Amino acid sequence: MKTFWTARIHGVRSLAALAAAGLLVHAASAGEITGAGSTFVYPLLSQWSADYSTANGTKINYQSIGSGGGIAQIKAATVDFGATDKPLSSDELAQSGLAQFPVVIGGVVPVVNVEGVAAGQLRLDGTTLARIYLGQITKWSDPAIAALNPGLKLGDADISVVHRSDGSGTTFNFVNYLSKVSPDWKSKVGEGTSVAWPVGVGGKGNEGVAAYVKQINNSIGYVELAYALKTGMSYTVLKNHSGNMITPGLESFEAAAASADWGSAKDFSLVITDAPGAQAWPITASVFVLVYRQPKDAARSKTAMEFFRWALEKGQPQAKALNYVALPPSLVKSIEKYWAAEIK
Amino acid sequence: MSTPSAAAIGPLVDDARVAARVAVEARQDAAFRVVLLAAAAFVLLVLGAAAASMLWGGRDAFATFGWKFLVSDQWDAVGHQFGAFVPIYGTLVSSAIAMVIAIPVSFGIALFLTEIAPTWMRGPVGAAIELLAGIPSIIYGMWGLFSFVPFMAEYVLPWVNRNIGQVPWIGPLFRGPPLGIGMLTAGIVLGIMVIPFISSVMRDVFRTVPVSLRESSYALGSTTWEVVWNVVLPYTRSAVVGGIFLGLGRALGETMAVTFVLGNAHQLSTSLLMPGNSIAATIANEFTEADSDIYLSSLIALGFLLFVVTFVVLAIARLMLHSLARKEGR
Repeated sequence: MKTFWTARIHGVRSLAALAAAGLLVHAASAGEITGAGSTFVYPLLSQWSADYSTANGTKINYQSIGSGGGIAQIKAATVDFGATDKPLSSDELAQSGLAQFPVVIGGVVPVVNVEGVAAGQLRLDGTTLARIYLGQITKWSDPAIAALNPGLKLGDADISVVHRSDGSGTTFNFVNYLSKVSPDWKSKVGEGTSVAWPVGVGGKGNEGVAAYVKQINNSIGYVELAYALKTGMSYTVLKNHSGNMITPGLESFEAAAASADWGSAKDFSLVITDAPGAQAWPITASVFVLVYRQPKDAARSKTAMEFFRWALEKGQPQAKALNYVALPPSLVKSIEKYWAAEIK
Repeated sequence: MSTPSAAAIGPLVDDARVAARVAVEARQDAAFRVVLLAAAAFVLLVLGAAAASMLWGGRDAFATFGWKFLVSDQWDAVGHQFGAFVPIYGTLVSSAIAMVIAIPVSFGIALFLTEIAPTWMRGPVGAAIELLAGIPSIIYGMWGLFSFVPFMAEYVLPWVNRNIGQVPWIGPLFRGPPLGIGMLTAGIVLGIMVIPFISSVMRDVFRTVPVSLRESSYALGSTTWEVVWNVVLPYTRSAVVGGIFLGLGRALGETMAVTFVLGNAHQLSTSLLMPGNSIAATIANEFTEADSDIYLSSLIALGFLLFVVTFVVLAIARLMLHSLARKEGR
């Protein structure tokens, strides 16, 4: 009898030990880190986190509440990392004890809903785009647009302008570009994540702008390329800094990223709109991640940085599939050097 | 009535146990009254605290802009100039349009369900109306944007623009490009949203009219309309007005449905066909991205102003009811 129960007790004890060991092991590898911010990068981050979770077990919980929300949450230390389309200046970063680095590059494209105009057919340049958004060009038959599009029949309808109703990094890159190419825009409206739009209606999020442009005839809006391609909208061709008419796409985004001067920007605080490259897309945008230089929870910070290392070194196929541009290898190396130097 | 002590009851009652029991129950009654008082006080406290915290959060905006905050139509996040006029105007006008549509329709529904419909129909139709109240407001917004807006843009608004837009006095109100989204569309969607609230209150109070009152009126030869207008409505007046202001309160604070179809444009325009903005939609859209302190303070101040607007509207309702009651000698 005694041996019967002793064996049972030994069995239960070893089973319990095994289970506890298994749980511990599971807990160590199945960490979870939280992030918040840019809606621009949300499709890619959710794909990366799904793939990383199957590879590694670590879950990334990302809330796409907008760049401003991401900055506010990381400053309040309620998340492990923030994502923003608008880079913070070195002073702001130093004040909050944050480090900043780019993770991926995308592009903002103007989209139109005009009868008979297919994707990539309409040609615009920065000045004309600024004048449309200022309300100075009000009809599709305006001579400025006709001059850029000699063979295209556009009709005489009024242009309905669509912009973002919520503050956003997508807006920031768009108006930053308009400020660079149009002194009139710069003095009248300026740049920011939310501006006082002279004309037009506001849609909430990239999805809202896409929905409005699709619903309203003879409208123009601006969305991130992935949204334009996924919903099959007519994007336009833009004249860039070098004077060439560029079609938006991965090649033109890559050309913009390559021609940008990353070396000169402290903490990578660089906005790459109106890039000088010959084939560069003029409204290219980088997405930046913000983390603490001296995080309170070292283990979570380590897990987060491992995720970003994986994303930067191995995440290129997912980025390409979703129409983003992965960072060039030289930039990835400088980012990893920056991590070693700045993040403890 | 003061609580009788055991000693006071003692002489009146034979059994001392009964007297003790009565005293215990009187104490329980007093405790119950205190609990109810605490519940009422709690509600008032929460209301006051919410208003005070929003006023506190908005103090920067009021201090910086002063009275101009209420009348300025500027909304510039880059230049840090904010004014509440466009959101307030949008909230009031879209709610007014909603009421103009909802009140007659709700009245018609309540009338139909209490006087005209055969008894077998009243249950299902009533249930269908209540189902409308259960639909989440974001579904109204999506339906509004994807089904109603194209319908308005293609069929209704061009007609309105051509015909009503040319009439001398009210023409400019109805003139504009047929975008589909705008004040008129938002008002119509809001109206559809508040119909179930107003109609269910009206239907319930119409049913409380004593049958004898109605039947005597019918017996004297009144038509259905005369009964409703002269007997039922005066009897239920204050409850009907209460129901209307319940619907108005919902329309004033509605966020998601409005932000889908109003256009979120910080522009003032006389035309109802043009887009505008409302207080709730502005706060919902811009709160997470408010990147400067004055911006955040302006948004909180807007919230406080919505409080004030709702309070003023409710006060007008109470005053109206009071003067109506006084005219009737009550």
